[in-house]
This record gives sequence, structure tokens and C-alpha cells, in this order.
Amino acid sequence: MPDQQNPLRDMAAWLWPWAVWAVLLLVLTLIFSQISPAMARITTDTLIRLVIVTGLYIFVGNSGILSFGHGAFLIVAAYASAWVTIPVAMKGVILPGLPEMLRGIQISPLGGLVAGVVLAAVLGLLAGIPLMRLSGIAASIATFAFFIVISVIYNNWTDWTKGTASLVGLPTWVGPWAALAAALTALLIAWAFQNSRAGLLLRASREDLVAAHGAGIRVMRLRLLAFVLSAAVAGAGGVLLGHNNGALTTANNVYLNLSFIVIAMLVVGGIRSMSGVVVGTLVLSVLAEIFRRFETGVDIGGVMLQIPGGTREVLLGLCMLLALILRPDGLSRGREIRVPGILRGTRPGAKTKKEEALP
Amino acid sequence: MTLLQMLIDAASVGGLYALTAIGIGLIFGVIGLVNFAYGEYIMVGAYVLLLSAGLYWPFAIGAVLVFVVLFALASDFLVFRQVRRAPPETLMIVSFGLSFMIQHIWVVMFGSLTKTVNFLPAINRSVEIAGLRIAGVSLLQIAATVVLTTVLALFIKYTRIGYQMRAVSENPRMARLVGVNSNWVIAVAFAISAVLAVTVTVLFVAQTGSMTPFFGVSLTMIGFVATVIGGMGSLPGCALGGFLVGAVTTILQMVLPPHLQPFREAFVFTSVILMLLVRPQGLIAVRSAWERV
Repeated sequence: MPDQQNPLRDMAAWLWPWAVWAVLLLVLTLIFSQISPAMARITTDTLIRLVIVTGLYIFVGNSGILSFGHGAFLIVAAYASAWVTIPVAMKGVILPGLPEMLRGIQISPLGGLVAGVVLAAVLGLLAGIPLMRLSGIAASIATFAFFIVISVIYNNWTDWTKGTASLVGLPTWVGPWAALAAALTALLIAWAFQNSRAGLLLRASREDLVAAHGAGIRVMRLRLLAFVLSAAVAGAGGVLLGHNNGALTTANNVYLNLSFIVIAMLVVGGIRSMSGVVVGTLVLSVLAEIFRRFETGVDIGGVMLQIPGGTREVLLGLCMLLALILRPDGLSRGREIRVPGILRGTRPGAKTKKEEALP
Repeated sequence: MTLLQMLIDAASVGGLYALTAIGIGLIFGVIGLVNFAYGEYIMVGAYVLLLSAGLYWPFAIGAVLVFVVLFALASDFLVFRQVRRAPPETLMIVSFGLSFMIQHIWVVMFGSLTKTVNFLPAINRSVEIAGLRIAGVSLLQIAATVVLTTVLALFIKYTRIGYQMRAVSENPRMARLVGVNSNWVIAVAFAISAVLAVTVTVLFVAQTGSMTPFFGVSLTMIGFVATVIGGMGSLPGCALGGFLVGAVTTILQMVLPPHLQPFREAFVFTSVILMLLVRPQGLIAVRSAWERV
């Protein structure tokens, strides 16, 4: 009875593109985390980056506005979590400048995650209210200015952040599995949002702002919603980052470079689809890892192959340029995974809903 | 007296920013490319200056000029021409990637540590004019800005190629249809922006004497900000934006109490956001360069 309502099947069809990536990531994590501790670390790093890219995608992919400001949410969330989770005994020594209220408490890692995400979301809301009034390149530059403001503050606010020195003592609870759980949750949030009413309206405004305004879509409000959601998810990535390394620092433009890599992953994968997020993150992470191996020297058939130090970034940049020149729409070309016919049913509504309506 | 001194400082810092902003704004005006790699033209030139420091200074500057112009043309030919029709966000990311790549090629070649060069120390000497002590390099900065901006404005207004440049900027397809060789026009725009970059390089290196493969980034950022504040695609706007950012920076340097000094940049960029909120189209709006909403 193909034309009958079947909530279970509809649900499965709705979830399908997410589920395919989830299974793939699960399998990859299973395999790679078993190979060696070093490999497990790389897996964790990649999954955390996937969380951050997904966070960025929720805003950029749906609104079409490039944000250079998401690094700010990483910083804010990571430090917020550090303030509440570093053991009390250490905090007195490391951060004597912290106010009494924060210095005396120590909450669970999950509490730290929540604190970080909430602070990132609040900051996203406060910054988003003015920023979302802008469009196009002015918006991109404004988000960048916002990033610089936050970054300069955290860089010099040494009483609270230790600035360019390292803030140590964060409990390192993040492993491949925690990172995987976070990545799958982030992707599910992104998927749910882009297929929600708000997400679809926002995507419509991305394609034609004038028409969207004309159709009565409150673009600013939707952008703000996406921005806050995206800040929260990126913030979660920031928290994971801190608790994976066990230390935080603002030295050497780490967050600026990370922002760059994250944007590169999103663009190479394809800004317009969730599949692009996964593809871009995996491809660039794998390439970076391969180049890193070559930098330390690889033995191929008895010949020692080694590229000079620093070449990794050059090659990574080159791959990115080639990808953009050859496929300006990203590797995914803005498409999602097709839902198999058996789940699609014959109801015409069910089909168009699953596919990217606007390529 | 101190007020006048401050004005001169603001004008000289602003001049450097204005030149950077015009270089970025020119390319944006013609092909809609937000060129992150512009800072790399400045950076690359500094290393040529490092290598040619032993030469008599006009030759050294000549070497930088030739190299940077060729470098900019190559970046257009090899990279930007390949993505001419891509949407502006893709173009922006392409230039971001190019800039990242060039920086790291320079890291591989020269290392990431600071290099110093003593180039034209003479122009750093102070001159005394009407009781004010002014660094020679400040005067040069102001002079270079005025001269180059004027020449560029005249060039765009009165020469054949300047005319074509405006045509391509207004409507690239129409310009092609009436026989404008747009690739040639764009190449000229890149060459001009390279000349501006060389000026910035020479002034910057003469003043600070040091360089790293990453020093172009902060200049580019300030150039961008200036471009957006001034109104993207409007050259007078870029110059104005550059001077404004320079002035704000200099004023903050003087009025902020010492414990807030490290946060100076935060204040500058907050004012940028505020500025954009008040006038998102920039001080001098250009209709063709702006989205029609």
C-alpha cells in the first residue's frame, strides 16, 4: 500500500542521508581508533573538526553568508568550560585572578560542555542581533571584525585566560567515542534544521533575497536563529578541542588558522549540503595526515621519500585551490545522499522533501 | 602643537592603510574579487628587498617592482582567471587559499622567523618643520599617498584603459560585446594594485626593517576593513576608509589608558562593526558594486 501514510517509513526516509554518514563515520571510527593510539588521536581530532565545520555550516550553508567569525565561539566556549572544570586545587595556582565564585567551583565535564555551549549561544545572540542586519561582503567583514575583537580580548585578558601562555589542567575526557557522539549529534542538528520550516525559508532567502523578502520571509530573524544555533554547535566543538588537548592558548593565531582550515573544509566539500561538510572534513583531514607522514619520511619500496618541513601547508593550499578551480561548487556539488526508492514511497510530497530542492 | 603632531601621525599611518585599501578596492571594483592574497604581494616584495639590499636603492626598488608586478600577473593568470565566473564567496576563498599557500611557500624558503634588513635608514631621520619633529618616512607616506591616489584617479578617468576598466566593472559581458579585452584590462588592474603594494612594501620595510612570511595578513585585514568602511569599489572611499582607520588607531594610541592599550585593536574593530551598522554600504556607496536589496 504505497500511498498510505507510514510514519515509520517517512521517518526512516527523513533520517536516511544522516544515517548513511553516521554509519560510515561509526565504521571509520571503529577501525581507526583500534589501529594505534596515535591513529585514535587523529580520529578524535578529525571528528572534533567535523563538529566545528558542521557548526559553521548551519549558518553559512543555510544563509549563504560567509562567516569568518566562528573562531570567536570556539574561544569563548573553550575558556568557559576551562573556568568551571579545572580542578579547584589547580585553579588557585594557575588562575589566581579568577573571581572567587568561579575559583571555588568544579563541575562535571558535561557541565563544562553545557556552560561553553550556552555562553557561545548567548554571545551568538548578542553579536548576531547587530551583525545579521548586514548582507554580503559587509556581513563577512563584520563577522571577521567580531572575531578580532573577541580574540584580542582573550589574548590580553591574562587574569582570566593567561593570554598567550598556556592554560593547563583541563580534564582530558574527550576520546574518539565522545567526539563521534558529538559529531553525530551536530550533524543531526544541522540536518534537522535545514529540513525544518525555518531552515527551508532561510535557504530560499539564500537563493533570492529580494523574492524572499517579497514573500514575507523574516530573513533577519531566521538568520539570527541559524547564527545562534551555529554558534552553539561550534562552541561545543571548542569545548571538545580544549578537553582533547588538556590545554588552551591564544598564541600564534591558533584560532585564526583553525578558522581558516575549517572554512577551507566547508568550501572544498561544498557549502550547500551536509554531505559537503562530511566530505570536505574527511578529505582535507586525510590529505593533511598523508602530507604530515611525508614530512617525517615515508618508506616506499625501499626508497625513503621525504618532503621538506612546512611543505604540508603548501600542498594543502594547492589541493584546496585545485578543488575550487575544478569544482567551484565543492566536491559534493551541494547534493545530499539520495533516499532509496523503497523508503521514498510514491507520495509526491515525500520525494521532493528529501532532495536538495535548490542545487 | 601636539594636536598637529597627532594629525601628521594619523595621516602617515592612514596613508599606508589607504594605499593598501586602494590596491584591494581596485581589484574588487573591477572583478568583484576580495583579494586576500594582496597582503602577499606586499610580503613577497619585502623579501625581494631583503635579497637585493646590497644594491643601490633605486635598483633594489626596481627589482621589487618587476618581481611583484610579475607575481601579481601570475596570480591572476594561473589562479583567478580560472575561476572568473565563480560566485564572489568562492573567489574570496580562492584568494584566501592562495594567500595561505604563498605564505607557506615563503616559510619553506626563508623560515618563519623574523628577518631584518636595513633599507634606506636615511629616510627614518626626523626633520624639523615649524617646531615639529617629523620622521622623514611619515612625510614620504603622506606624499606617496597623495601622488599615487591622484595619478590613479586621473588614469582611470582619462585614459583609454581606465575607461575600459570602468566599463568592465560596470558590466563585464556588455564590455566584452563592445570589444573590450577584459582579460587585458583585468591584468592592468592587477599590475596597478601590485605597484601600490610595492609602495607599501618599501615604506613599511624602510620604517620597521623587519619581516616575516605572515606580516602581510594584518595589513590586508586593515586594508579590507578600510575598503568596506569606505564603500567597496569606490576608490576615494577606500582612501577615506584607510585614513579613517589610521586616524582611529592613532587617536586610540594617545587617549587610551595604559592598561587598556593591549585592547586597542578590539576598539578599532568594534568601531568598524558600529560603522557598518550605520552605513552598511560604506561611506561612499557604489551602486554597481552593491547587492540590490
